[in-house]
Amino acid sequence: MAQAIEKQSSAPRSPVIPARTAAQSHFRTLRLGTPFQPRIDALARTNDWYNWAGYRAPHSLWDEELEYFAIRSQAALFDISPMTKYRIEGTDAEAFLDRVTLRDVTKLKAGRVHYTAWCDDEGFVLDDGTLFRLSPTRFRLCSQERHLPWLLDSAIGFDVTVEEETEAVAGLALQGPTSFAVLRDAGFAGVERLKIFDLAEFPHDGGPQGTSQVTISRTGFTGDLGYELFVPAEQALSLWDRLMAAGELRGIRAIGYTALNRARLEAGLIVANADFVTSEHAVRPDRLRMPDEIGLGFMIDLEKGHFNGRRAILEARAKHRLRHVLVGLEIEGNIPAEHAIVYHRKSQEVGLVSAAMWSPMAKRNIAIASLARPFGDTMVDDLWVEIYAMRELQYQKLMKRAKVVQRPFIKLDRRTANPPADF
Amino acid sequence: MTSFDVVVIGGGHNGLVAAATLARASRKVLVLEAAGDIGGAARTEEFAPGFRVSSVAHLLNRLHPDVVKSLELEKHGLQFARADFVPSVALSTDGPPLVLHGAYGEVLTGAIPSEQSAWKELRAQLLRYAGILKPFLARRPPDLGGMSLLETAALGQTALALKKLGKEDMRDFLRVLLMNVADLLDEQLADDRLKGLLAFDATLGSHLGPRSPTSLLGLYYRLAGETAGTAGAQTLPKGGMGAIVAAIRAAAEKAGATIRTGTPVAKIIVEKGRAVGVVLDKGEEVRARTIVSAINPATTFLDLVGPREIDTGFVRKVKNIRMNGDAAKLHLALDRQPEFTGVDAAGHKGRLVIAPSPDHVERAFNPSKYGAFSPEPVMEITLPSLADPSLAPSGACVLSAVVQYAPYALKEGWSAGKPKFLEVIMAQLETYAPGIGKTVLHAELLTPADIEARYRMPGGHWHHGELQADQMLMSRPVSGCSGYDTPLEGLFLASAGSHPGGGVSGAPGLNAAKRIIGMKG
Repeated sequence: MAQAIEKQSSAPRSPVIPARTAAQSHFRTLRLGTPFQPRIDALARTNDWYNWAGYRAPHSLWDEELEYFAIRSQAALFDISPMTKYRIEGTDAEAFLDRVTLRDVTKLKAGRVHYTAWCDDEGFVLDDGTLFRLSPTRFRLCSQERHLPWLLDSAIGFDVTVEEETEAVAGLALQGPTSFAVLRDAGFAGVERLKIFDLAEFPHDGGPQGTSQVTISRTGFTGDLGYELFVPAEQALSLWDRLMAAGELRGIRAIGYTALNRARLEAGLIVANADFVTSEHAVRPDRLRMPDEIGLGFMIDLEKGHFNGRRAILEARAKHRLRHVLVGLEIEGNIPAEHAIVYHRKSQEVGLVSAAMWSPMAKRNIAIASLARPFGDTMVDDLWVEIYAMRELQYQKLMKRAKVVQRPFIKLDRRTANPPADF
Repeated sequence: MTSFDVVVIGGGHNGLVAAATLARASRKVLVLEAAGDIGGAARTEEFAPGFRVSSVAHLLNRLHPDVVKSLELEKHGLQFARADFVPSVALSTDGPPLVLHGAYGEVLTGAIPSEQSAWKELRAQLLRYAGILKPFLARRPPDLGGMSLLETAALGQTALALKKLGKEDMRDFLRVLLMNVADLLDEQLADDRLKGLLAFDATLGSHLGPRSPTSLLGLYYRLAGETAGTAGAQTLPKGGMGAIVAAIRAAAEKAGATIRTGTPVAKIIVEKGRAVGVVLDKGEEVRARTIVSAINPATTFLDLVGPREIDTGFVRKVKNIRMNGDAAKLHLALDRQPEFTGVDAAGHKGRLVIAPSPDHVERAFNPSKYGAFSPEPVMEITLPSLADPSLAPSGACVLSAVVQYAPYALKEGWSAGKPKFLEVIMAQLETYAPGIGKTVLHAELLTPADIEARYRMPGGHWHHGELQADQMLMSRPVSGCSGYDTPLEGLFLASAGSHPGGGVSGAPGLNAAKRIIGMKG
């Protein structure tokens, strides 16, 4: 059941279909395979698939628990090809991204990556993602949702081209304590020089698949030592094989999303449409969120030039119209409080848990929750979560005390250590 | 170097009204006009040696009474009396014309008695309904985001006025509000000439045919205008439309406003989300607390402010404003007065309309939907030099006509299409005024493309944006800047592209100035 990626869209090209529609033909094929699909399919013992932005992606491959521990104790290989990717290039690329996104892009040097978000006119978050500055005039924007029409309309008046490259570029996350050693052993000379949020290009000889460059950044979604690698889709399989071969003795394992989702929660990172609803998806008006309401207020840079949503955000701040807050919770006991309702004084409903787990690393019962201000903001005492624990076809209702705590829930020195440690 | 509180971009009549109003409220005002002369599309210009004409707008029928009063325009030489009202003549090839005398047909001649009484009733109804909408002209559109007490009270008064109509009339008002004009006319009238004239007036200046939904709104818009306190009245100002602008200019300058012509603005300076000044095309900077843009709204945001300073969604909205003009302007220098068949001397001094029936207007509209001009265009004609001989050499005559339909985006392009269109217009004129072709000394046809280039009106649309239901009130020019203030602090809009719309009314300029004063800008 190996399924190779379709290089070209099978969409009928008609002169009537505008170029913009033709550039977004991903939906015409259901459950696309990624460029790594032959390797992943071969490893998929559980056959536990889910739909990631139209791609067939694994929840797990062989064992969720062991996959999680591969991230924390070995090296975990996770296919991030379904992540939406845009190539943004031109003399105005910096100015364009400065207008679209919240953070100051003029401060992002070539060879660096930052985590950012972008808003609509009303200041509601359209998505969050990572911005890679590949050169002074070339960027890659990675995100959860598709945004081509928004980006193209935002490009009016800028000397910049925006191209969808989700299908053309394959991506892998290599995360875990031995990830550096795997890359070094795979022959990526100089990879030890990458500090956290650095990126660089490395040669990759893909054999019959051709030679090319692989972009390696010291980034990830786990709070651990780790890297992300991007190559042209044609070189995907040879890159996979190169890493697997080099990592064999360092415990490299392919993993699915469930394991990654745990690691990201420990790292305190949020996921669009899991911890907040993106503004183009929200149907109910009270589900829209401003950056300040999902813990992304730190990105807002009022000193830089104009950016989308600036006026609305300023007004909401001035008029105290920020109604929600996203917080980290530590909950007593060890039962995960997934999607539990948060109460004040055990009676007043004040919010909802969007992600929760018993953290093996933190040895704490942790959660991310959205609360209605002032709860979680100025009123943080006497908060409780109501957990429904299923015990052999009966719910046991538990009212557990919750404490607002700082994110991330774990901080690993190896994530930022220089040079990276050789495990 | 003098410093100014307010910079007004654009010295069209709305810019001047805003400037005069703000200057009278003790602000130091500078008006910057790109062209060599002020007035915008309301100018009197020489188009052939010795022949002058009102260049785009040629009939005055809606100069807002608040503008006249608050700027004391009567002191500056603007005076209108009932004797200045000119008739509308519905020309016909099958017999004598039909004439609407006084203020939009207080007396109707040329129709049978039953039609006269039907008209009397319809006219009263149209004016009554237009009267309900009239108060909207002089204030900000309702602000859905949050209305002040005063605004809510004003809206309440409209509800009250509606209620005062009585149950039957109120119901009918609501029934017909968004109707097409042709169906309403068919309900109440029989005479094709009269129906043709009304169908023409309802669709004049818009991309609508009489059978297009909501086309009746255009007629209400026209009848909400008044002259010398009389609704529906129209005049041909002495000295052309430039005289109106001269009076407004005099009021502005008397109040202390400075006017610079030949000074195009290249850019609006924005700092931290606030408009703080303008850069002129020669590089000179002029800073001011308040910037009023009395030019096209799309030009304002996309060219002068630039997309970088505004949000993407707002850019989308601005780019979607429909503003492709569908009317051309014809100027003829004639060696003698033309004779329109069956029209008397008073009629020749009035407005002559070629729109023989609603069907004819509809058929004229049809090709414009597909990028072609009307093979048998409809038009309104004035001969302004008959009442004001100073506009033409002795014995000669000026003809000024608005001609529909002439789509901005003509498929074959206007350089190829213009001579052909002039030919069909002349053929049409020849039918109603035989021999006119031989008397033409010079012809100037301004297509929407010409109007765009000459008067800096994108699309060549004299309303600076289609005046249809979806681009009215809080959607004019787009939501988010319909109340004259804009997403940029310190930047205000004041052109016909804003509520209530075009025509020589001064209402957008006045409303904008009132908003600025209200916001202490």
